[in-house]
Amino acid sequence: MITSAIIPRPLAKLPWRLIFLVTGIAMFGLIVLYSAAGGAIRPWAMKQGIIFFGFLSIAVAMSWMRESTIKAIAFPLYGVTLIMLIGVEALGFVSKGAQRWLDLGPIRLQPSEFMKPAIVLTLARFYELVPAAEIRKWRAIWPALALLGIPAFLILVQPDLGTCIMVLLCGVTVMFLAGLPWWLFAGPAALVAVAAPVAYGMMHGYQRKRIDVFLDPESDPLGAGYHIAQSKIAIGSGGIWGKGFLHGSQSHLDYLPEGHTDFVFATMAEEWGLVGGVILIFAFAAVIHWGMKVSQNGRTRFAQLAAAGLSATIFFYVSINLMMVMGLAPVVGVPLPLVSFGGSAVMTVMLCLGLLMALERQQRTVSRLI
Amino acid sequence: MKHMRITTAHQSITFSRRMMLLGGAQAAVGAALIGRMGWLAIAQNEKYQLLSESNRVQLIPVPPRRGWIIDRNGKPIAINKASFRVDLIPQQIVNGPQVIAELQKLMSLPPDEVERITRELSQSRGFQPVSVGDNVPYEQYAAITVRLPDLPGVAASQGFTRFYPGGSTVGQLVGYVGAASAAEYERENKNPLLLIPGVKIGKEGLEQTLESTLRGEPGGQRVEVTARGRLVKELEPKPDRSGGTVQLTIDSDLHQYAARRIGDQSCSVVVLDVSNGDILAMPSMPSFDPNNFSDGISKNEWKMLSGDDHLPLVDKALESLYPSGSTIKPSMAMALLNAGVDRRQRVNCTGAYPLGNHVFHCDKRHGPVDMDAAVVHSCDIYFYEMCRRVGAEKLAPMVRSMGFGEKFDLPFDNQRYGTIPDPEWMMRKYHREWQTYDTINMSIGQGQVLINPMQLAVMASRLATGKRVIPRLLKNKPVMPQEHLAVDQDHLDFIRKAMWGVVDHGTAAAAKLPLTGIQMAGKTGTAQTHNLSASERGNYTSAVWKLRDHSLFMGFAPFDNPKYAAAAIVEHGGFGAAVAAPLIRDTITFLYDRQKAIASLQAFEATIGGTLEERIARKTASWRSANGLPPLEAPKG
Repeated sequence: MITSAIIPRPLAKLPWRLIFLVTGIAMFGLIVLYSAAGGAIRPWAMKQGIIFFGFLSIAVAMSWMRESTIKAIAFPLYGVTLIMLIGVEALGFVSKGAQRWLDLGPIRLQPSEFMKPAIVLTLARFYELVPAAEIRKWRAIWPALALLGIPAFLILVQPDLGTCIMVLLCGVTVMFLAGLPWWLFAGPAALVAVAAPVAYGMMHGYQRKRIDVFLDPESDPLGAGYHIAQSKIAIGSGGIWGKGFLHGSQSHLDYLPEGHTDFVFATMAEEWGLVGGVILIFAFAAVIHWGMKVSQNGRTRFAQLAAAGLSATIFFYVSINLMMVMGLAPVVGVPLPLVSFGGSAVMTVMLCLGLLMALERQQRTVSRLI
Repeated sequence: MKHMRITTAHQSITFSRRMMLLGGAQAAVGAALIGRMGWLAIAQNEKYQLLSESNRVQLIPVPPRRGWIIDRNGKPIAINKASFRVDLIPQQIVNGPQVIAELQKLMSLPPDEVERITRELSQSRGFQPVSVGDNVPYEQYAAITVRLPDLPGVAASQGFTRFYPGGSTVGQLVGYVGAASAAEYERENKNPLLLIPGVKIGKEGLEQTLESTLRGEPGGQRVEVTARGRLVKELEPKPDRSGGTVQLTIDSDLHQYAARRIGDQSCSVVVLDVSNGDILAMPSMPSFDPNNFSDGISKNEWKMLSGDDHLPLVDKALESLYPSGSTIKPSMAMALLNAGVDRRQRVNCTGAYPLGNHVFHCDKRHGPVDMDAAVVHSCDIYFYEMCRRVGAEKLAPMVRSMGFGEKFDLPFDNQRYGTIPDPEWMMRKYHREWQTYDTINMSIGQGQVLINPMQLAVMASRLATGKRVIPRLLKNKPVMPQEHLAVDQDHLDFIRKAMWGVVDHGTAAAAKLPLTGIQMAGKTGTAQTHNLSASERGNYTSAVWKLRDHSLFMGFAPFDNPKYAAAAIVEHGGFGAAVAAPLIRDTITFLYDRQKAIASLQAFEATIGGTLEERIARKTASWRSANGLPPLEAPKG
């Protein structure tokens, strides 16, 4: 705790360790974006910095929310997000094209982003309401499946496979922690293994191609496999210490596609090497660990489940993106939060962190610094 | 479990357990990610560094200078001439249409060229130049160089074009070069060198067959290029290696002399050095001028060449086959001697030789002739009768051992080897029994007998030496050991004497060398190209060129100590002694007395309307006017 007379008490009570960590990750991200632009703060680093600090302020502000408030908004937030998802779908139907966002004048809202924290809060709230004795009953299961299935389906048909998978994983994590019976997770897992070929058959052409190329990237090194191949070249050629700041040839000569968004990790790894990558992974691990600690220390069932689900959201973001960039998962279009250029991922992660900070504030009377 | 009530305490334990599990799974994923990254960055670092480097650095190939082709004395046959070229570098162009319009004005480009340049420009990738003109005249080159600051994207540079000092006289020997076609590019696994404007590869003849030696190793300007083809910076270049020089056994002066001496005939001459088989000359005329091909031949020139009945696009020395006519007789006589025929035995020539219900003819009534007279005066009936007695199966091996029907390892793609028939071959090829009339036809080199001029020259050299002379064109190839032929020295001396008689007082008396102390031995031949009607017999100069007989001659000199062997086949040239023999006489004379030979060439050219170049120009002009084309501009100095 900061026991200084200079720092006002409300400020001292902030979770500074987390804020430093997150800011550190974001600053590192800005350095990478600066390099990706060929050594310039435009067009990405500057804008990203503003976005980050904007959302950081919002997250810090959110930390004063009370748990009861969060509980109260859980269902309404879910409902509104679901309506927006349907709205996006309807809009897409009218304009006869894929649609993922709502144009609300100055801002573009991508409702599927809100769905990630929303589904976590909703399920946490739901399982808090379910009496302990009922948890293995059918009526503790089907509402959760519906709450999760409907938005996941709406996002899948957008089509946005990456977000759909993320929403599903977040929801399933909460259900798992709520104590639903084992077979409910083992069964579908087995089913997925069996049904994967069927699902493959029903996929969109571009999705199917991404999976084909994921399984055999060399089959199409100049076409769809190009992303993965070039990303692996960038990471592999970086070596242990990297090529040095501003010396990544893959990103600077435009061989690495999406080097400032989804594949920003490859841009980073090329210049900062394995060392930079490991530091970044540990930094994220520390953030997630902090969130999991919040969950473990939770005094209510809602706080436990929500905190775990929100940390899992951050975990899935990071791990799916890194697996994709390193050629361990198909390219599904999930950005690396806080590092990739773009507002939506920052927004989602900051919403999660804001909620986590709010839950954490309830658990203590003193703040801890480092 | 089923009947147990699950309490809040239970739930709390489950939650803690599952949180541990979740945390463990997350840690496992984290470890897997770090492991994967370590694998990529450490274990496979080398591989990916190479890939990254090959992404970063592109090699713009710098074409190597093509190797020379020189003759046995080092005289150039195919060399490179400095030329000026103009290219467009797409990436540096500011205003494409304006630059092209300016170039069109400066270089007076025809509209279809402008169309081509515009098209190639739109398809090209950043740093790869688009050719505006090869071999640009110096005035235009200079005009463009001074305007370069106003023409961003235009590059005027010096390059090289292939130059053949011998012009059309070496056309069939060297072939020609040209820009690679799409098929050739594919065949070489998309060698980027072939795409560079101005890079020419061998398309025909030696230029094609010696391509691997002549091409050399391209160097490269190493540059750092973005994925979209934008040049970032230049790195240190990789030097190129010029193509290797190829020395031929050809004596280019002799080769050109023989080519010119052929005149307007459709003919090929081959001259060999009998001591080692070196091919000293092998012109095939008329031919094309390979210099015109190296800048890309015009459609009209191609049309004119391919429509010519004198076949300028065929290397007659190796690709054309002819009946040998009477030139086969010395070898036939050798075969007869070998089979035990007494050379003093006479056959009475009455000018006609009935066989079954057909009558074979001789060109005149020779009366009683022995073998010597039969060779010297080229009596057909002697050979009809003697060969019939001995039989084809005993004759063919000897004729073959003299080189007819033999395959020679020469650096040309489209050689044809012809046939010396025998009963076994007849059965295999035509599924019929050998007949006596086949022997009769074969005895004077008609019927199925087919040879090329190279084989005829080889026969002359083998008769001259009694050894298996094998022709050689590439100076760096080892001389093949010359085995002795399975012939009796006495027989050989006799045949050589008879061949000397042919030139001294026989059918080829016109071919006597105008030199003191050097005498030539030889044999004429007149090969029928179709079955003659009675009225045509003896009429060697039919009004229709295509119906005339081929005129052949083969010989060697000096008769008493053979050094050179030569052969000529003049398509539809008429009587062998009249056309082919004097041609060989002058060619051999050139080897001993150039002045005398050149004087005789000049006298000859005066009778046929001027030098080769003058005649070609006139022929082109008349072809163009006959085909409604405007006359060509006089070439600028």
